[in-house]
Amino acid sequence: MALLEIKNLHATVGEREILKGIDLTVNAGEVHAIMGPNGSGKSTLAQVLAGRELYYVTGGHVLYDSKDLLAMAPEDRAREGIFLAFQYPVEIPGVSNMYFLKAALNTIRKNKNLPELDAMDFLNLIREKMALMKMDQTLLNRPVNTGFSGGEKKRNEIFQMAVLEPRLAILDETDSGLDIDALKLVASGVNAMRSPERAMVVVTHYQRLLNEIVPDVVHVLSEGRIVKSGGKELALQLEAGGYAALGIYDEAEAVGKA
Amino acid sequence: MSGSNSIETLANQEYKWGFVTEIEADAIPRGLNEDVIRLISSKKHEPEWMLDWRLKAYRHWQTMKEPTWANVHYPAIDYQDIIYYAAPKTKKDGPKNLDEVDPELLKTYEKLGIPLKEQELLAGVAVDAVFDSVSVATTFKEKLKGMGVIFCSFSEAVQEHPDLVRRYLGSVVPSSDNFFAALNSAVFSDGSFCYVPKGVRCPMELSTYFRINAKDTGQFERTLIIADEGAYVSYLEGCTAPMRDTNQLHAAVVELVALDNSQIKYSTVQNWYPGDKEGKGGIYNFVTKRGACRGVNSKISWTQVETGSAITWKYPSCLLMGDNSVGEFYSVAVTNNYQQADTGTKMIHIGKNTTSTIVSKGISAGHGQNTYRGAVKILKSATGARNYSQCDSMLMGDQCGAHTFPYLEVKNTSSQVEHEASTSKIGEDQIFYCRQRGISSEDAVSMIVHGFCKEVFRELPMEFAVEAQKLLGISLEGSVG
Repeated sequence: MALLEIKNLHATVGEREILKGIDLTVNAGEVHAIMGPNGSGKSTLAQVLAGRELYYVTGGHVLYDSKDLLAMAPEDRAREGIFLAFQYPVEIPGVSNMYFLKAALNTIRKNKNLPELDAMDFLNLIREKMALMKMDQTLLNRPVNTGFSGGEKKRNEIFQMAVLEPRLAILDETDSGLDIDALKLVASGVNAMRSPERAMVVVTHYQRLLNEIVPDVVHVLSEGRIVKSGGKELALQLEAGGYAALGIYDEAEAVGKA
Repeated sequence: MSGSNSIETLANQEYKWGFVTEIEADAIPRGLNEDVIRLISSKKHEPEWMLDWRLKAYRHWQTMKEPTWANVHYPAIDYQDIIYYAAPKTKKDGPKNLDEVDPELLKTYEKLGIPLKEQELLAGVAVDAVFDSVSVATTFKEKLKGMGVIFCSFSEAVQEHPDLVRRYLGSVVPSSDNFFAALNSAVFSDGSFCYVPKGVRCPMELSTYFRINAKDTGQFERTLIIADEGAYVSYLEGCTAPMRDTNQLHAAVVELVALDNSQIKYSTVQNWYPGDKEGKGGIYNFVTKRGACRGVNSKISWTQVETGSAITWKYPSCLLMGDNSVGEFYSVAVTNNYQQADTGTKMIHIGKNTTSTIVSKGISAGHGQNTYRGAVKILKSATGARNYSQCDSMLMGDQCGAHTFPYLEVKNTSSQVEHEASTSKIGEDQIFYCRQRGISSEDAVSMIVHGFCKEVFRELPMEFAVEAQKLLGISLEGSVG
C-alpha cells in the first residue's frame, strides 16, 4: 500500500502558483528522486508536504498512511513520521543541539505511546547515531546549527533523521554546499537508513547525489508538474544531456523564452 | 500570509493571579500633604528623625517635575488621587508568628504558590512577606540572628536598628535623587532591611514577595541592604499583583551598600499585573535601584526578569567606587500586548581597575515597546577600568518595537569598553523548523526565547530560574498561533 499518495496538488506562494498539479505515489521501502531545474517547484513540494504555512494549497489532496496529510499540523506530521531534511537548516541560538533533539524525540515517542527517554538512555542512543555520521561530540553541545559550517548543518540534518527514525524522509537539496567527502558521508548515513518500512523522497538538482543514493524512481519536475518519470537511468540521461535535452529550462530562462 | 498572521495573533493569556483578598484595610484618605506624611509616620511610631527625613524629601519633591525623557507614554498621574498608606488590620499590634497572620492573607500567598509554612520547612528560604504596606511574616529570623544577620521589615529596622538605618538610608539614592525616589522617600510604607556583618556569608537566599492588594493603593517599598566587609548575601525579590481596572503606581527604592571584599547578589522576578489585552489597567512601575560598591574588591550583581507591569521605568545601577570593584547587570525584559518598558542600567566607574558587565535581553511581542537605556561612565580616576555590554532584542510579530539607547562616556585612556548589540526577529522559519521536528509552536517559542535569555537565567538562583522560565512562557503564551 502506498505510504504517500499525492493527487493533483496545486499550491501558491503569494499570488504565484508554483505547484500546478502534482501526482506522485511513493510506497514504503522506495527511494524517489525528484529532479528539476531551479524554480520548477521541487523545494515547494518538500515544504508543502512538511506543512509550511507560507505555501497555500489551492487544490488536490495528499494521503499519508491513509490519513489526510493536508489537514494535519506540521508537528503532527512530524510525530507521525514525516521528516524534512532542510535545504537551509535554521539556527536557534542558545538552544543546545542535544536539548533540541531530545525534545523532538520525546514528542515523537510520546505520540507512539512510548515512554520518554531519560538523559542516559538518550545519550546512549545518540552516541550510536553519531558514530554513523562521524559527528563530533562538541557539535551536540553547541546551539542548534549556530555557527555550523554548511557541511556540518547538512550532516546534522541527517544525524537528526537517524535519531528520529522517520517513516517518510524528505531530503531537500541535501547535497547543496557539500564537498565530495561530505557528500559521501551524508549519503552513507542516508543509505544506512534505507529499509522496507521507510520511504525517502530525495529532492536534488544534480545527478551526483544519486550516484551515492541510488533511487528506485526518478521524477523530473518542470513548471510545477512532473513531466517525466523513470528508473535511475533517467537521472543519468539528465546528467549527460542536461534538462534542455528534455526541453526543460530554468524558470528564469523559460520566462525569457516565452 | 497565514505565516505572519499566526505570529501576530496575540496573547489571550489571562493574568493568572488576578484575585483580590478580602481584608479590611486600614487606609488613610486620598491625597498627599505634610499631614498625610505625619500620619504615616505616626502610624508607624517613627522617631522624629525619620519624620524629618520624610518631610525634607516631600518638600524637595514638590519642587520637582515628573521625568518625561523615558520612552514610555501614559496618561498623567494624579498624585492627589492616590492613597498613600494601607495596612492590613491585625488583631493585636502585630503578628508574632505565622499563626497570628490573617488566614485570608496566608491563603493569598498559597494561591500564588508561596506557602510560607512550606517554605519555612522545606525550601530553606527566609521570606519577609510584604502584603500591601506592612510586613506580616518574617521567617528564619532566629537562625539568621544567630549569625548576626539582620533581616527584617524596614519599619522594624527603624525601631530596632536606628543607627544602621540613619547611617545608610539615602546614602546611595539621596531623597532628592529623582522625582519618584523623592516621592518614595516621603511616603514609603515599608520594605525590607538587611545587614550582613563582617565576614559572614548569609547561608540562605533572602527573599521577599511583594504584593499590591488594597484598591488604588500605591506601593512605596523601600529596601536597604548592607554587606559589611567580607560579607556575602543573595537577595531575591519576586512579585505578582491582582487584577485591577485602574492603573496603580508603584515607586520603589532599593539601596545596596557593599563594603570591602563583600558581595551582594540581587535578583528580581517582576510580574506585576501588566494590564489587559487592550492595554487597560496594569501597574506603573517606577523604580530606583542603585548599589554602591564602596569597598575594594566589592561586587554588586543585579539580575532581573521583568515580565509584568504596564509601564516599567527602572535602571538598577552600580557606583563602582572601591578599587577592583565589580558591577553586573543581567536583564530580561518582556513586553507583550500594550506593555512598555524603558529599562537598563548605569555603571559609574570611579575606582581603579573596576569592571562592569551588562547583558540585556529585550523581548517584544504584540504592541509591546521595549527600550534598553544604559550608561557607562568611566571617570578619570578609574584607570584600567573595563566594561562589556551586550544588548540583544527579539521581536515577535511586526507591531512591536525595540529601542536601544547606549550612552558612553570615557574620561581616561587606559580603559576598555566593548559594546555589542543585535536585533532579531523570532522567525516563522525557526518555529517551523521546531514544528517539523515534532515540537509544538508554543514549546518552540518558549525554547527559542529561553535560548535567547540563557545568559541571564544562568545568573538566577536555581529556584528563581525555574519560576522565571515559567513566567516567560506565560507572558508570551499565545504570541504565536
